[in-house]
Amino acid sequence: MWAAYNVSDPIYASDGQLLSVKLKKAEAHRRRTAFFLVLPLLLFISLTYLFPIGQLLVQSVDNRELFRFLSHTNEVIHQWDGDQLPDEAVYSAFYKDLSSAVDNKQHGKIATRLNYEKSGFSSLIKKTSRKIKTFAAGNYKIQFIKADKRWGNIEYMLALKKAAVPFHGRKYLTAFDLDQNAAGEIVQIPENRRINITLWLRTIMVALGVTLSCLILSFPIAYMLATMRAKYSNLLMICVLLPFWTSLLVRTSSWMVLLQKQGLINDTLVFLDIVLDENRLALMYNMLGTFIAMTQILLPFMVLPLYSVMKTISPNLMQAATSMGSTPLHAFRRIYLPLTYSGISAGSILVFVLAIGYYITPALVGGAKGALISNRIAYHMNSSLDWALATAMGTVLLATVLCAYWAYNRVVGIDNMRLG
Amino acid sequence: MSQLKKAFVKFEQVDKSYDGKKLIVKGLNLDIAEGEFLTLLGPSGSGKTTTLMMLAGFETPTNGEIYLNGKPISSIPPYKRGIGMVFQNYALFPHLTVFENLAFPLKVRNLSKQLISERVNQTLAMVSLDGFGSRMPSQLSGGQQQRVAVARALVFDPKLVLMDEPLGALDKNLRESMQYELKSIHEKLGVTIVYVTHDQGEALTMSDRIAVFNDGNIQQLSSPNHLYESPVNSFVARFIGENNTFKGVVKAINGNLATVKTDAGPIIKANAILAGSVGDQTTVSLRPERVFINPDVTIENQFKCAVKQIIYHGDHIRVRVSILGSDNFILKVPNSNNQLNLTVGDKVKLGWSFMDCRALD
Repeated sequence: MWAAYNVSDPIYASDGQLLSVKLKKAEAHRRRTAFFLVLPLLLFISLTYLFPIGQLLVQSVDNRELFRFLSHTNEVIHQWDGDQLPDEAVYSAFYKDLSSAVDNKQHGKIATRLNYEKSGFSSLIKKTSRKIKTFAAGNYKIQFIKADKRWGNIEYMLALKKAAVPFHGRKYLTAFDLDQNAAGEIVQIPENRRINITLWLRTIMVALGVTLSCLILSFPIAYMLATMRAKYSNLLMICVLLPFWTSLLVRTSSWMVLLQKQGLINDTLVFLDIVLDENRLALMYNMLGTFIAMTQILLPFMVLPLYSVMKTISPNLMQAATSMGSTPLHAFRRIYLPLTYSGISAGSILVFVLAIGYYITPALVGGAKGALISNRIAYHMNSSLDWALATAMGTVLLATVLCAYWAYNRVVGIDNMRLG
Repeated sequence: MSQLKKAFVKFEQVDKSYDGKKLIVKGLNLDIAEGEFLTLLGPSGSGKTTTLMMLAGFETPTNGEIYLNGKPISSIPPYKRGIGMVFQNYALFPHLTVFENLAFPLKVRNLSKQLISERVNQTLAMVSLDGFGSRMPSQLSGGQQQRVAVARALVFDPKLVLMDEPLGALDKNLRESMQYELKSIHEKLGVTIVYVTHDQGEALTMSDRIAVFNDGNIQQLSSPNHLYESPVNSFVARFIGENNTFKGVVKAINGNLATVKTDAGPIIKANAILAGSVGDQTTVSLRPERVFINPDVTIENQFKCAVKQIIYHGDHIRVRVSILGSDNFILKVPNSNNQLNLTVGDKVKLGWSFMDCRALD
C-alpha cells in the first residue's frame, strides 16, 4: 500500500518550502476573514458580558468606600486585640473620621455600610453624628459612651474592626446565612433571621423539579414531533414554539389570570362542583404557581434538543429490535432511550440553568412563598441597596451554573450537546 | 423443487391498504417453500416492501391471512414471530458494539453468557468479521456494516430471514461480491430467505424463484432463467433485462406461430405467448442479444437496417439501428475476435428466430 514514512520527518511542498509553513500561509487569509467575522460579537460579548462579570466579582468583595471613610480608624483599630473595649487611640481616630464625614455630609453612607455588619449601627451613627459637634477635644472614649452607651458595647467595636478592611469575603457567608463570630469562627446567624439558605434550597429544588417535569412532558411531545408525518408535525412544532414568540411578561401575566383565586381554573372547578366556593385552591403566590408557570415557559427548551436527537434515530432500529424478539418496552429501554441521552442531558442542563436564575415568573406568580434566590438578589439590588451582598449571591449563582456545566461536560461531553 | 414441499410461508388472498382508497397489495397468493431463496422484485410502489413488512409483522393485512409453518400469524406481534430481518440502512444499534449488536437477540432469549459469546463469534466468523466484535458500527465500512446486519439477523437461528434491499447502499463491486456471499450463506445454512429488491441483476443471480411485483400483485413467479427466457407479459419482459418492442396487429395464429403486421408495415413471425386472437393488438418483444447480423438464411425474420450509433461497452458492443419504423432498436454484439467492422450509416441485414420474438399482451 503506502510507503511507510516516519511521521516526524518534515514534509515539503512542491516548491521546497516546509509544508506546515506553506499551509499556514495558504490558510492565513481564511483565518483573518473568520476573525473579522466574529470580531463584532467578540467585542460585544466582552463589553456586555465578560466585563460586567468581572465587575460583579470585584463588587462582591469590595469594601473600599467604607475603608476610605475610616482612613484614621483602620490604622489603629487592627492593633486592638478585641478582648476588652479598645483604648482612647481608636475612639480618637474614629472621632476624626466621623466628624470629617459629618462635615462632608457623608455620615449616612457610613451608617448604612456599618449597619450591614451589625444592625443597630445605623441609628447609633445617626444619633452620634448629631452630638459630635459638641464633643470637646480629648477623652473621646468617655464622650462617645456618654453620647450613646452602645459605644461601650464591645460587639459594636468588634463590628467596626471587621468593617475597617478594603476587601472582605464575608458577603459570601451572608449569602448562606453564615457569619463570623468574635473568635473568627463561622457560625449560623440566629434562626429568625435566616432566609437565604431556604431560598437557595428552594431554588435548587424548583430548578430540579421543573427540569424533571419538563422532561416528562417533553419526551412524548418530542417523540410525536420526530415520528409524525411532516404535515402534522409542523403544526405541532408551531404550537411548541408559539410561547417563544410571546413576551415572557405576557405569558406570566396570563398564568396569573388562570391561577388566581378568582381565576379561570378555580372558577371552572367551582362551576363543576369539584371545589366549594369558599375553599378555592391557592394555585399562585406559592411554590405551586412558580412551578407550574416555569414548567410551561421552559418547556420548549427541553422539547427542541430532544426533538433534534430523536429526529436522527431511524425508526428501523425499533423494528430491528422487535424483529429480534425484544418486546416494544424492552426495545424502548435498551435501544431508543439510550440513543436520546444526549438530547435529555442537553435539554436538562439548559432548563436547569435557565430555571435556577429565573426572576420574572417567580416574582409575579410566586409571591413571597414562591420567591427564588434571584428575587432576593433583585431585592438587595433595588431595595436594601446592599450591592456587595447582591453580587456575592449572583456570583454563587454563576458558580452553580458553571458547576452544572462542568458536571455535564464530565458525564456527557459538551461536544454532544445538540440544541435543535 | 419448491412445488413438492409444503408451503412454509403462505399468503392467502392478502390485501393491504393504507388510506382506504387505494390497494397497495391486491389479493396476494404466494407459497414459499422451506429453505427457498425467494425474491420479491418490482419497481418502487409495487407492493413488494409492504408484503415483506406484513410478513415481518410491522404492517397488518387489511384482508386475508398469512400462515407461517401452517399457523396464521396476523395476530402474533413481530417480537414473537422469530423472523430475522435485514434492513436497507442496516439498522445497527449505533450505541452498541458489533458484539453487543449480535448479542442483543440472544440476550432477549436469556441465553447464558458463554453460549452468547460462542454463538456471536461463530456468526461473526461466518461473515468473515472475526475480531471486529469490539468495534462500534460507525467504525466499520458500509460493506462491513452490511455483513454485521446479516450476521445479526442470523445469529439467533431463525427459520426465516427477510431482507429489504440490503445491498442498495453499497457500490457496484461490493454489491456483487455480497450477492455471492449471501448466496453461499443461504446454501450453507438452508434458511428460508425472502429478499426484496428492485435490482433485476441481483434477483437473477441469487434467487431460487423470483416473484415479479407490479401494481400490488405478482405478475410472474418462476425461476430466474424461466423469467428471463419466457416472460409471460410485456411488463415482466420490460422489467427483466432489455427489450426491443414492436406494436402490431395479429394477422394469423398457427400453433405457437403468430404472424404480426407491425404498425410500420412489415410482417414479423413471432412466438404466440399472449397474442390473443386474430385482429388483436399485440406487443412483440425481443432481447437485444438474440438478434444476429448477416443471419443464416433459415432464420424466419430478416430485415435490412441502418446503423445509427455504436456504443463500446467493453465485453460487448451495443449497436442502435433504425428498423421497422423504430429508431431505438438495440442489438448486442459480443466483443469477440471475429469483430464486424461496423460504422455509423452502414446498411446491414439483421435476423432473429421467431422463438425469441414473443408476442405478448
